[in-house]
Amino acid sequence: MKNFIRAENISYTYKSTNGDRLALNGVSLSIAAGEFVAIIGTNGSGKSTLAKHFNGLLLPTEGKIFVDGLDTADEKNLQHVRENVGMVFQNPDSEIVAAIVEDDVAFGLENLGIAPEKIRERVDLALDDVNMSDYKNFAPSKLSGGQKQRIAIAGVIAMRTKVIVFDEPTAMLDPQGRREIISLVKRLHAQGLTIIYITHFMEEAAAAQRVIVMEKGKIIRDDTPREIFTDVKEMKRLGFDVPVAADLAYRLRRKGFKLPQKILTAEELAEALK
Amino acid sequence: MISVKNLGYTYMIGTPFEKTALKNISFEVAEGEVLAIAGHTGSGKSTLIQLVAGLIDLTGGSIEIDGLKVTDKKIRRLIGIVFQYPEQQLFEETVESDIAFAPKNFGLSEEEISARVNEAMRQVGLSDELKKVSPFELSGGQRRRVAIAGILALKPKYLILDEPTAGLDPLAKENLLSEIFGAIKKSGVTIILVSHNMDDIARFADRVIVLAHGEILFNGKPRDLFAREEILTCAGLEPPPVTKLIHALGIDKIVLTLDEAEKIISKP
Repeated sequence: MKNFIRAENISYTYKSTNGDRLALNGVSLSIAAGEFVAIIGTNGSGKSTLAKHFNGLLLPTEGKIFVDGLDTADEKNLQHVRENVGMVFQNPDSEIVAAIVEDDVAFGLENLGIAPEKIRERVDLALDDVNMSDYKNFAPSKLSGGQKQRIAIAGVIAMRTKVIVFDEPTAMLDPQGRREIISLVKRLHAQGLTIIYITHFMEEAAAAQRVIVMEKGKIIRDDTPREIFTDVKEMKRLGFDVPVAADLAYRLRRKGFKLPQKILTAEELAEALK
Repeated sequence: MISVKNLGYTYMIGTPFEKTALKNISFEVAEGEVLAIAGHTGSGKSTLIQLVAGLIDLTGGSIEIDGLKVTDKKIRRLIGIVFQYPEQQLFEETVESDIAFAPKNFGLSEEEISARVNEAMRQVGLSDELKKVSPFELSGGQRRRVAIAGILALKPKYLILDEPTAGLDPLAKENLLSEIFGAIKKSGVTIILVSHNMDDIARFADRVIVLAHGEILFNGKPRDLFAREEILTCAGLEPPPVTKLIHALGIDKIVLTLDEAEKIISKP
């Protein structure tokens, strides 16, 4: 499959009067069109900094990053890059700009100079995609966190980008809101969108096809969720959780239970314990 | 002891926007207890803790803290509240002056303030070298500890923690929960933990109150709550992952931790 995003040895340094901080240190990766990639890492590991490179919000201090073959550091490429890569952040309250839901979803489109009837159509479809059509005339302030986040996602869907980068979209949501968002993300992936999903919740990362683990500005693992999360000892050493079935299987193996190495889900553990 | 009786709360009374946030709430919090308050967004949790901390005026019912009415200014010295994402409220130039800010406003002596800052930093596991560092240079987990230390420096008898582990990475979360809050609990502080993270509640709370649509649906032990799935569903909550896992394995037991799960399976 075609590599849609390609980072070549990128580094990024935050400059400050109190000294510089190297947030990314020689990161290389490729993400193919249609992939669902989760990025995990501790606070300060560089994952959000990396995410902001995918649509040119940040430009690497060293190295190059190409989106759809275009160098993000070249200013004339930026519009194309941003039309292809949308971002959804952690706090829905800081993403919502309009007083009415449908105006908020239309905001990005209006800035692209699209004809009003086309905007109408795209906004309606996007709201339908996130199951929020009934709320199109609501004030966003009247919505729950999960609903607000769905509105923010509808705004990106309406832009028809090929890639959506989610930076901890469920961190501020309750369990209901988290379920809504993760099932929506899976559905968008099934529709063919490329998903880059940053999270602290390992169960969410386990839903991806591929997991990238970051530590101190570097990629230290890049593999399937099964390979990553069944390496329980190593993940714990790095300060991560693993899905609870993998954790229990690991503990039981230590107690002498003969269980397969790669158990990740409750169903697999149930089968193995029969 | 905190005693809440027949509490109700209505926002914007007498306007078209009038909205009932709490109805008929009665409960007590015993000294030294960890009480969790669980419920989804909009269930009334935040309104409830703001009322208990005396931050908003009562519209019905009563709250007493150690026999004092919640409207009594003296309760401000008894209750500390750590809001959600408290690190966003840090503003001083150094860790030390940020933690000292509230004690200063209490009019304490320099020596007393300095002693309290040291004590609070020790409680949250921040080393002395960090005193002169800007809070903005710290990691997210460390900044949260600074914010919590700022409240601990007030030496509250009752500590309200609103979603204290939200947004932290698993390791920072684990440290905060098992080490820091564990030690605060041991020191005899009464804790009200507001959370929708059932895993945190399962491991840390003595008792849990579930709120939904402004009413109490459940008041009892976490273990008893997780046995009652209909309440969780109604409140928009979920049992902890380990509790669900044990169910999925076909074992009819309520399990709160991985340690318990391991024991149950390894002992036939």
